[in-house]
Amino acid sequence: MEKFIKLAGIVLPLDRANVDTDAIIPKQFLKSIKRSGFGPNLFDQWRYLDQGEPGMDNSKRQINPDFILNQARFQGASILLARDNFGCGSSREHAPWALLDYGFNVIIAPGFADIFYNNCFKNGILPIKLPEKVVQKLFEQSVEPGYQLEVDLPQQLITLPDGETLSFEIDGFRKHCLVNGLDDIGLTLEHVKQIKEYENKRKKQAPWLFEK
Amino acid sequence: MAGKTLYDKLWDSHVVRQDEHGTCLLYIDRHLIHEVTSPQAFEGLRLANRNPWRLDTNLAVADHNVPTTHRDQGIADPVSRLQVETLDQNCAEFGITEFQMNDNRQGIVHVIGPEQGATLPGMTLVCGDSHTSTHGALGALAFGIGTSEVEHVLATQCLIQQKSKSMLIRINGQVGAGVTAKDMVLAIIGRIGTAGGTGYTIEFAGKAIADLSIEGRMTVCNMTIEAGARAGLIAVDDKTIDYIKGRPFAPAGELWEQAVTSWRSLSSDADAEFDQVIEIDAAGISPQVTWGTSPEMVTSINGNVPDPSAEKDPVKRAAMKQALVYMDLSPDQAMTDIQLDKVFIGSCTNSRIEDMRAAAAIAKGRQVAGNIKLAMVVPGSGLVKAQAEAEGLDRIFTAAGFEWRDPGCSMCLAMNADRLEPGERCASTSNRNFEGRQGQGGRTHLVSPAMAAAAAIAGNFVDVRGW
Repeated sequence: MEKFIKLAGIVLPLDRANVDTDAIIPKQFLKSIKRSGFGPNLFDQWRYLDQGEPGMDNSKRQINPDFILNQARFQGASILLARDNFGCGSSREHAPWALLDYGFNVIIAPGFADIFYNNCFKNGILPIKLPEKVVQKLFEQSVEPGYQLEVDLPQQLITLPDGETLSFEIDGFRKHCLVNGLDDIGLTLEHVKQIKEYENKRKKQAPWLFEK
Repeated sequence: MAGKTLYDKLWDSHVVRQDEHGTCLLYIDRHLIHEVTSPQAFEGLRLANRNPWRLDTNLAVADHNVPTTHRDQGIADPVSRLQVETLDQNCAEFGITEFQMNDNRQGIVHVIGPEQGATLPGMTLVCGDSHTSTHGALGALAFGIGTSEVEHVLATQCLIQQKSKSMLIRINGQVGAGVTAKDMVLAIIGRIGTAGGTGYTIEFAGKAIADLSIEGRMTVCNMTIEAGARAGLIAVDDKTIDYIKGRPFAPAGELWEQAVTSWRSLSSDADAEFDQVIEIDAAGISPQVTWGTSPEMVTSINGNVPDPSAEKDPVKRAAMKQALVYMDLSPDQAMTDIQLDKVFIGSCTNSRIEDMRAAAAIAKGRQVAGNIKLAMVVPGSGLVKAQAEAEGLDRIFTAAGFEWRDPGCSMCLAMNADRLEPGERCASTSNRNFEGRQGQGGRTHLVSPAMAAAAAIAGNFVDVRGW
């Protein structure tokens, strides 16, 4: 996994509450057996006027000009500003894969759905929770053309264009993994001995769990 | 010191180690696998030259992409077919037990786990699917995971987890006739909202929960994720133990006795403390129908579509307006005036035998209304299908004009050929009414199986309590 330390980027405000993973990446694209290539179908139902199917040439599709992702001033955005309960619904990791593939490395919202939040960290995306009022203020400021934010993970700080800084909370273990780009499986396999000890103890307590 | 919650007991008995941040390595007893969220995980194992830690804890089934008709002809869509074949190949390569598409034990992963006795009380159980919360109905700590975690469980039999907060939702008293588990859970989501349970594990308790069958409890736990909580839990009682006894993967003989003794302790202690407690009066719950594009946008069958202008919160008001445009509904419209195009009875929420019986009881001797283009019943597994057919339910459905299909996820999320066309309106027993969930431009209203069957007969929503 890529390390995440600092990022400065254009902010794309997506002003909708409860954006679900079906909206982030519709089900027909989940048929892929790969991890990559989901970016062109990010927010497919909102982004295009026609119905998307796997294997289509997306460059030839009819764009929805009203959808914010298609507006010129937000091209190259790497920070997604969202409303509460972002990523609710299914556990599909295709949602963070699509966001990352499109170019979003940071998502700021008042709240995230638990599974989505967790999936972000597995892919080097930093989801930042900020109070509703602060997010509202960022939404208001983001109407400024070229609005950018700077995110510093080691310092847990966001710097606004006027120099004001906002601090954010993040779990220590998750921060450690993101900053160092650590692979979870490799970390867990450092504890093979403890896993085996647990299994031996558990076999005595609950042998039926080891029978079939 | 306060006693332990059921969640504390399940959590504590599975902690392998805890680090200085409080992050735990949690041991996983059962891993269910389906075709959509596993290919990249198996590929990850191959690339790192890793093998599954324990083969016997894994059970795989294809459910999302499988057709519900003419299964003998295979899967027509080549992209869906490749995904199912990839699961078959991965299971064969790594030696994982799989119920293939034409096995009569095949079905929706959250139906077959409990049905096979592969879900047991006291277990930790995970699957790359958010509706894994279903299995908590049997006193297991069960939650959905992403594909990276699927690979992590395969490789290490563990997951890196932080403990959630705990919430108790107690439903006191008794529900009225015609009010089901589905109505209970929709009413809960209507009350706490789709983010109300975020960061929590929810335990459901109270007389109305104890009164439910195991199937009904699965419906409640299934939709816990729609309230934002990854896991739902219900304490073990005699019904739980009776349900599991004799199932293929359940322990037998001496081990059964030993297991039952252990499972009897799987309830929250009387003095356990929860971070949040919510009390609900069962008698106040009516049959529920969703009107919007989030499960929290729900009302009673006797209610009306709400008026966004009465909502003070601007973000909520905007969401309501967007939902009404998408759903093509007007403020104050009576729910019973909503005309339907299709009816779907199925999904991991409501496709068990009890659901089939409830729908058949309404359909018996009646006819699907002329305005309904398609009313389909999709049993949750091959075994549910066989049981329903043994009881003659399939003939009741087909005589009434419903289609009787083969098991799978089907039109809950429309990954196979079963879907809504743009603008079509559906009464559905599934779990999500998101935009496009059942097909791009499709409009979903979530209801119970009895309410869906009654809507198919009437052509519009009706109060099933009058039937």
